[in-house]
Amino acid sequence: MDHVAGLLVLTLAAGTPLVYAALGELIVEKAGVLNLGVEGMMLVGAVAAFIMAARTGNAWLGILAGMAGGAALAAVFAVLTLSLLANQVAAGLALSLFGIGLSAFVGLPYVNVVIDGIRPITIAGISDLPYIGKLLFGHNPLVYLSIAQFAAVHWFLYGTRAGLIVRAVGESPQSAHAIGYPVIRIRYLAVLFGGACAGLAGAYLAVAYTPLWAEGMTAGRGWIALALVVFATWKPWRVVAGAYLFGGLTLAQFQAQASGAAIAPQLLSMLPYLATVIVLALISRDAVMIRQNAPASLGKPYHPEH
Amino acid sequence: MRLVLEPRQEPSRSAGLLSPLLAVAATLLLGFVLFSALDKDPWQALQVFFVQPVATEYGVGELLLKAGPLMLCAIGLAIGYRANVWNIGAEGQLTIGGIAAGGLALVFTDSPAPWLLPAMIVAGALGGMAWAAIPAWLRTRFNANEILTSLMLVYVATYLLSFLVHGPWRDPEGFNFPQSKMFAENALLPNIFPGTRLNAGFLVALAAVATGWLFMARSLAGFQMRVAGLAPAAADYAGISTRRTVWLSMLAGGLCAGIAGMNEAAGPLGQLQPTLSPGYGFAAIIVAFVGRLHAVGILLASLLMSLLYLGGEAAQVTLALPAAVTGLFQGTLLFFLLAADVFIHYRVRMIRSTSGFTVPEA
Repeated sequence: MDHVAGLLVLTLAAGTPLVYAALGELIVEKAGVLNLGVEGMMLVGAVAAFIMAARTGNAWLGILAGMAGGAALAAVFAVLTLSLLANQVAAGLALSLFGIGLSAFVGLPYVNVVIDGIRPITIAGISDLPYIGKLLFGHNPLVYLSIAQFAAVHWFLYGTRAGLIVRAVGESPQSAHAIGYPVIRIRYLAVLFGGACAGLAGAYLAVAYTPLWAEGMTAGRGWIALALVVFATWKPWRVVAGAYLFGGLTLAQFQAQASGAAIAPQLLSMLPYLATVIVLALISRDAVMIRQNAPASLGKPYHPEH
Repeated sequence: MRLVLEPRQEPSRSAGLLSPLLAVAATLLLGFVLFSALDKDPWQALQVFFVQPVATEYGVGELLLKAGPLMLCAIGLAIGYRANVWNIGAEGQLTIGGIAAGGLALVFTDSPAPWLLPAMIVAGALGGMAWAAIPAWLRTRFNANEILTSLMLVYVATYLLSFLVHGPWRDPEGFNFPQSKMFAENALLPNIFPGTRLNAGFLVALAAVATGWLFMARSLAGFQMRVAGLAPAAADYAGISTRRTVWLSMLAGGLCAGIAGMNEAAGPLGQLQPTLSPGYGFAAIIVAFVGRLHAVGILLASLLMSLLYLGGEAAQVTLALPAAVTGLFQGTLLFFLLAADVFIHYRVRMIRSTSGFTVPEA
């Protein structure tokens, strides 16, 4: 039983970067913008966080730097697609390729650097309670923060006027513009928020989860986060459920190795990617459901002056 | 006074051709600034990056050697991109092509059969097509987004290759390195220019680019696919099958990338290793865009991208800069291109506004 609790703790820790990145992208897509650059923004967030943490010795400053890094890269995407009306698919791909290159470039001197990362909180006595002790009180502070992010995103989208406006912009920018909402400005803010969340996801990996910097360390999690938004049919709680499901899958490799299973580690490492493909196919099969749930203007450029 | 973007009546052809040049110029400028910021003499750095690698005959051979897989992957992708089918998994298709061709070479290591090399090309092509068929099938049968599925399959392909060279295909006499046996002589692409490493794979790549051009510009299927990309509604009305467009796009991409993988395995590597390409499949996306999805443009853009790879290597040796600077330049080039592309569909107009009165737009 304690083993199960331990596994659940690890699953939450592994799913957390996906929660951050996918909830950020959810807001972006709710505003009608498709940013395929999540992987790039995560990597830039990760490297920015790690460098800041290594330089200052303060991992929390690293988290802030990671968010700023992700948002800065997102700003480039926003200028390209929202102001210069570039193709969102191409610009998103460019963002990912650029982020991979940039992070590898600036991160090289930090590859073998050791930092003091953000550790799980343990409360003497309470965290040692059987079963629920670890499950409720043994997590990294950033795991709790991701749950708070979920609550905030859900409340924002469905409980506030601003969230309603964001959704309106994503459904019909023309109508939102006609009523007088600044479509482009709202989309800028959504894209920047998504970038900061992706940066936070990367920062979590670099200064809390591992904590280390390695080239390409996000290992496709940015792309999985994008797929999660589709699986979740653009609903926050399903994003979170999916994130933990996939977090659990990334652990399968270590679990199997620990239990001495005779399966090559490379084959187990394929699991999260294969699962993404399969689940994506199963969810997308219902084209009507996708069409009804996807923001109607998703990926389409919008220019208010024509 | 403010600047506004005003739509053009028709897309500007000259802006479309000028935009890659603008992007290259802007990238060079950024390189200049970057090198200065890193306390390197920028002129020397640019010379190391863009001139020194091709100053020798051997260097030119390397330029063409690396341009081969880039143009191969890019021409295949361009066929799909024109039809709005976004295969971004060429890297995985390349890997599977290399595995298929390499597997054949490893089975016949002791056979002097002259058909082995052509058979490896076919195997590489089939391997790449098979890998690309998965996202095509998932898209046409399950409506699954090909961008995400093709990309996910890159990771799967990489792990498969890693599994093979760490496990069943590892050379027993290879001092435990994760690599296969060296291929036999008749499984290697012959050198076509003594004094360099340039091999017959480059000719295959050129032939593929020419075929790709013929397909896009001169065949009915190529025309239909362009229509499907430019005007999906018109394509539907004209009875052009989306299913067929998706399949042709993905298979063309997989075919070319698979051959590129064969070229790498049977060319410069001569065996299977955990990594067959330094990201050619991803760089080819940039090559396709910078080359304007056109065969001639792709030819030129692949040379430029190859130079960026060589420049990165040279900068590592001479300037002690990380080779990752290549990826940085690649990404920047695409950013600037996308930014410059705005002039294809829009012109910039200055609007002078006097107090409270704005000149109405035409």
